[in-house]
Amino acid sequence: MDSPLRGRDPSLRVGGGGRILLRRHSSLLSPAQLNLERLYVQNRARQQQKDGSKATEPSTPARIQKDSMASFMDFQVWDFPGQIDIFDNPTFDIDAMFGEIGALIWVIDAQDDYLEAVARLNVTILNLQRTYPNIKIEVFIHKVDGLSDDYKLDIQRDITIRIQDELSDHGFENAPVTFHLTSIYNHSIFEAFSKVIQKLIPRLGSLEAMLTNLCRTCRFEKAYLFDVLSKIYIATDNAPADMASYEICSDYIDVIIDITEVYGSWPRSKGYRESLEGAPWNQKLDDQVASNWAESCMVLTDANRPIMLREVDKYLALVAIMKDDSYDKMPLVNMNVEVVVQGLKEFFDITKPK
Amino acid sequence: MADLEASTPSLGAMGGDVRNEVKKPKKKKVLLMGKSGSGKSSMRSIIFSNYIARDTRRLGATIDIDLSHVKFLGNLTLNLWDCGGQEAFMENYLSQQRVHVFSNVGVLIYVFDIESRDVDRDMATYVSIMSALTQYSPTAKIYVLIHKMDLIMTQVREAVFMDRVKLVRQKTAEFLQGSNFAGGDVDLTPFATSIWDQSLYKAWASIIHDLVPNLSVIESQLASLGVLIEAEELLLFERTSFLVVSSWTSDEGQNNPTTDRQERISNILKHFKQSISRFTGTPRNAEQFTLMEHKAGGRFSIFCLKFTTNTYLMVILPPGEARFNAAKLNCQIARESFKFLDGPISAGGQSSAA
Repeated sequence: MDSPLRGRDPSLRVGGGGRILLRRHSSLLSPAQLNLERLYVQNRARQQQKDGSKATEPSTPARIQKDSMASFMDFQVWDFPGQIDIFDNPTFDIDAMFGEIGALIWVIDAQDDYLEAVARLNVTILNLQRTYPNIKIEVFIHKVDGLSDDYKLDIQRDITIRIQDELSDHGFENAPVTFHLTSIYNHSIFEAFSKVIQKLIPRLGSLEAMLTNLCRTCRFEKAYLFDVLSKIYIATDNAPADMASYEICSDYIDVIIDITEVYGSWPRSKGYRESLEGAPWNQKLDDQVASNWAESCMVLTDANRPIMLREVDKYLALVAIMKDDSYDKMPLVNMNVEVVVQGLKEFFDITKPK
Repeated sequence: MADLEASTPSLGAMGGDVRNEVKKPKKKKVLLMGKSGSGKSSMRSIIFSNYIARDTRRLGATIDIDLSHVKFLGNLTLNLWDCGGQEAFMENYLSQQRVHVFSNVGVLIYVFDIESRDVDRDMATYVSIMSALTQYSPTAKIYVLIHKMDLIMTQVREAVFMDRVKLVRQKTAEFLQGSNFAGGDVDLTPFATSIWDQSLYKAWASIIHDLVPNLSVIESQLASLGVLIEAEELLLFERTSFLVVSSWTSDEGQNNPTTDRQERISNILKHFKQSISRFTGTPRNAEQFTLMEHKAGGRFSIFCLKFTTNTYLMVILPPGEARFNAAKLNCQIARESFKFLDGPISAGGQSSAA
C-alpha cells in the first residue's frame, strides 16, 4: 500500500499517478495554493467559485474546470472563471451545477478594487438563497499579505457590511456567509480551506469529541486530524485553534514525508531482510514491528515538549502537541492513540456514503 | 542486550588512540571571494546564521571585509573572511591589503555568478586573486562555487556547469603556466550551488569535511557503532549549521538510489528548525530539538538525537521495535566515546582515559 508516511512499495508504483509532492522550496506547490495561484496568472479574475477543495492541473481560461480529490472523502472542485455570469447564461444548467454542492468559495482580491466583485457576489448569493439556501458561502478575502492589520480588518468589515446590507434588503437575515482573510505566503489559506472542508463533513461533532477526549486523557495541548497530502485539517479538539500550532504540525508532516521519500522509497534486498530475521532476534521481520502504521515523535528543546504523529489511514494522520516533559509517557500515549485511531476508522466506515 | 555490552569496550579502546591524534585547535583563515552580488554573504548567512533563503533578500552589500569566527565542533574555529566584491574593494585587497588578506589562508572559496554578463572580466579578477593567493598561501585549498544555478533550466544545468568549470580550469592552468608556480598543480574543487535547494549544503559539507581534524577517527568509530546497532546509515551533523560532518553507510544502505540524501536531510531538518523557532519563539540559532524518532511500519525506522554538545546523530535502521530501542540506548552509551568531538583537547584525553 502506498503511504506518504511509511514509504512506497516500488512494485506498486503505477505511473506515479496522483502523487502530489509538497516540497519545501517550491513553496507554492500545494494543490490548494496552486489552485489559487492559477487564478491570478490566468484570468486575473476578481471572483472565483469552487466547491470542495482542490485542483492540480492548470485550467484553460474561461471554462469551468472540474477536479476531484481522492482522499478520505470524495471532493469535487469546480473552478469557475470569474468573468462568466452563470445566471445570465442559458447554456448553464444551474440545477446540475448547484443541486449537489456543499459550499461555494468566492475569492476576492483584497489588493484590488473589489466593489464589482462584491456586487457580483451579491447577485450570486441572492440567486442561490432562493433555491439552495443550504449552500455555504465562503468568501476568501485574498492576497492580504502586505496589508497592515488595521487595513485588513477594515476591508473585511467593509465587505461584510456590503453583503449583509444587500441580503437584509432582500429579506435574508441569517444567510450562511462566512469570511476568511487569506494569503498564500503563510498558512492562512490552508486554515481557511480546512474550515470550509470541516463544514462539509457529516457529524463533525463526533470527530471533535473523540479528539477532545483524547486530549483530555493524554493531556495533549492540541490535536489535529490532517489530510496528509493537502495539509488540510479536517477536525481538531475543542481547545482554541491557533495558527502557530497548526503550522508546526503541518510542517512536521512535511518533514516526515520528505524523510520517507529519501529512505522509505526503495526496496531492500531479500537476502538482507532475511539476515535481519536471524540471530539475535530470531523472529519474522513483520513480527519485530510493533505497529504497521507510521508512528513518530519529536521532542522540542523548549520545555521538553513532544510533538507526536500517528498515521490513521492512507490519507489521514493524527498530529498532536503534547504536554511538557511527557516523552516518558509515550508508550501509554501510543496505546490511547491506538484506541482513538480505531474509533476514527469506525467513524469513517459508518459515515461514508453507501 | 548483547549489543550493549559489546559496544562499550570496543569503542572505548578506539577512544584511546584519539588522544594522540588530537592537535592544537587551529585558526584557519577561510576567504570567501567573488564578484559583487554573486551571493557570498547570502550563502554564509544560510549556512552559519540559520537564515532561510528568502530572508537573504534583506542583506545589504558587504562593505570591505566581514570577519566572523564560526565555532564548529567546539575545537575548530573557522576564521571566515567574507570579502565584499565591489571592484574598489577588490583592487584594495590586491594592492594595499595584499599581504594582510592573502597570507596564512587555509581555504579560498571563490563564488562565480552563473548569470554574470561579463564572464571575461570575472575570469580576469579571478586570475589576479589566484596570483595573490599562490604568492602568499601556495598550499591553500581552492573551492570554486558556480552559484545561482537555479536560474538555469534543469535540462541544460549540467552542461552549463561543466562549460563554466572547464573555463575556470583552463584560466587557472594558463595562469599557472605563465607564472611558473612552484607548487605544481593547484587543487581546485568545483560545485554547482543554489540557495534554493540542497546543493549549497553539499558544497559546504564537503568544504567543512576537509577541515575537520581527526576525521579518520570519527569515521572508524562511526563505522563500528553502525555495525553494532545494525544500522543502514549514520549521519553525524554539526549542531548549528546541520552540515554533515561525517557519515557511514552499510553495504545494503549503499543501494539507496537517492544519492543526494545527506544534503537533503540537512536541508529538511534545518528548515524544520526554523519552524520550531517560530513556534516556540526561541532564537533561530538556539538548540531546537533533542530527539526525533519515526517508525515507518515494516519499511524502516529512523531517529535523530542530540549526540555530543556540538553534534546530532541520525540513525537509519531496518524495522523492528527491539532493534530500535537497543540502538537508541547504544547511541546514548556511545556518546562517551565521541566526546573528543567537542574539544578542547584535554576533554578528549580525559574522556578516553575514563
